[in-house]
Amino acid sequence: MSDIDEGLRKELQRQGVWVTSMQELYNWGRKNSIWPLQFGLACCAIEMIATAASRYDIARFGGEVFRPSPRQADLMIVAGTVTKKMAPQIVRLYNQMPDPKYVISMGACAISGGPFKQGYNVLKGIDRYIPVDVYIPGCPPRPEALLHAFMELQRKIDSQRLTGANKAEHLDPAEPSEFPVPSFGEHDLEPPANREVFQPPKIERS
Amino acid sequence: MNVALEGEIVRRLKPVFGYLHRNHEKIGENATYLSSMPYTDRLDYFCSMTNNWAYALSVEKLAGIEVPERAEYLRVILAELTRLQNHASLLGFLLNDMGAWGTPLMYAFREREKILDLFESLSGSRMMCDYMRFGGCRCDTPPGWMEYARKLVDAFPRFIEELEKLVVGNEVVIARTQNVGKLSAELAINAGITGPMLRACGVNYDLRKVDGYGFYPRFKFRIPLGEHGDTYDRLMMRVLEMRESVVILKQAFEQIQDGPIMNPKVKIRAFRPPVGEAYGRIEAPKGELGFYLISDGGTNPYRYRVRPPSFINLTVLEDLNLNPHPY
Repeated sequence: MSDIDEGLRKELQRQGVWVTSMQELYNWGRKNSIWPLQFGLACCAIEMIATAASRYDIARFGGEVFRPSPRQADLMIVAGTVTKKMAPQIVRLYNQMPDPKYVISMGACAISGGPFKQGYNVLKGIDRYIPVDVYIPGCPPRPEALLHAFMELQRKIDSQRLTGANKAEHLDPAEPSEFPVPSFGEHDLEPPANREVFQPPKIERS
Repeated sequence: MNVALEGEIVRRLKPVFGYLHRNHEKIGENATYLSSMPYTDRLDYFCSMTNNWAYALSVEKLAGIEVPERAEYLRVILAELTRLQNHASLLGFLLNDMGAWGTPLMYAFREREKILDLFESLSGSRMMCDYMRFGGCRCDTPPGWMEYARKLVDAFPRFIEELEKLVVGNEVVIARTQNVGKLSAELAINAGITGPMLRACGVNYDLRKVDGYGFYPRFKFRIPLGEHGDTYDRLMMRVLEMRESVVILKQAFEQIQDGPIMNPKVKIRAFRPPVGEAYGRIEAPKGELGFYLISDGGTNPYRYRVRPPSFINLTVLEDLNLNPHPY
């Protein structure tokens, strides 16, 4: 996304001058070197590995550097079923990641519990505790779908503004970057959902 | 897992399970027999075809269903293809965890993708095939499938040789796997270990020979056995089993004939097996996979129990780690 007049930029390019803005350069660098956090939860993780492997090759998009430490990661790919036993750890990992950070919710289970939704031990969507940027449906999503989500995320990063009233969330000190870790309650996780993050649309039933 | 360490030596180890407990059995008891089939895909997500087969086998035992010949051959072919891709990926993951970051896994996944192409053109899904039904298989092979599969199997030994050259004689692999994680045959039998892990200890127990389910008695193949029960033997077991799988596949391609793939008498939708119980088990790539079903005559099982291979194989994790380390 550019604030520079395209005609002027083309005219200058013809004369050997390349003009860019700080924001454009910064976002260009960020979006092409997204480092995902290396962890998998279930079946979708295998497709995530397939995406990183030879045929699909996520390195074409600059995302092949899977980091085993949350301190070095920019992107959390929640790949697989999040059980209630696992959910506090995931929120804690998210809290440990430095800003700016993004989340891809991969597969039906991470979005809503998927086929295991009726289960007593399955969290019905990771977006109950942490904000999610891109959702990919599928059980499991194909590697192409993960690449699509990756490109969508790049598009989002590209459109984030560094200054002004509608600047990116991670630059706003009022926006939280850590969220409370749920604890194991008597029957369910306590709280069952973080209402500040999880605001599902109200469905009117007549 | 909870580990007590002294330097780099493990003194105590307690595996903690349940991070992926997805209430499979409870869901199976509340679902009809047919609708449990897609859930079996997601038990062991590398081997959806063998999971399907084990479940179909136990339902067939429960209701006494005959399976057409072509379907049985297709099942053998798909199970052995699953074994090939599972073992190849396993070697890749093992070396990945040993520090060969990426490269062996890339080789393994290159082959795996070719097999997944076959699965996809047959069933419509790469990993979660949901292909088998009680009384046969869901659909026949698309045109050209068999030729492609035959070509793939003919070319597969080249990959195994490539992998062997890279891995089996590799000094680092030998130093880090031989005499590591030794398991005695006695403990393996007592702990209920099955599959390649048991055979690496030198115990000749393969359900393909013992039970002779499917059409396995019709094929000539050998069961590779280990001697020491260490990690290297377990690794070699996978390589040798891949070779035997190729042998089985070649025979199956020669013997398979055209014909129906589904038993027409079975009504899979409103399926009500008679009252009774059945245990169907197969040799999945990771060990014995069994489904125990109790029917009360209704549309869903009264009790649905999975006998998983990896979960039981992991019970000896502490004993494997406590053995004296060679360094």
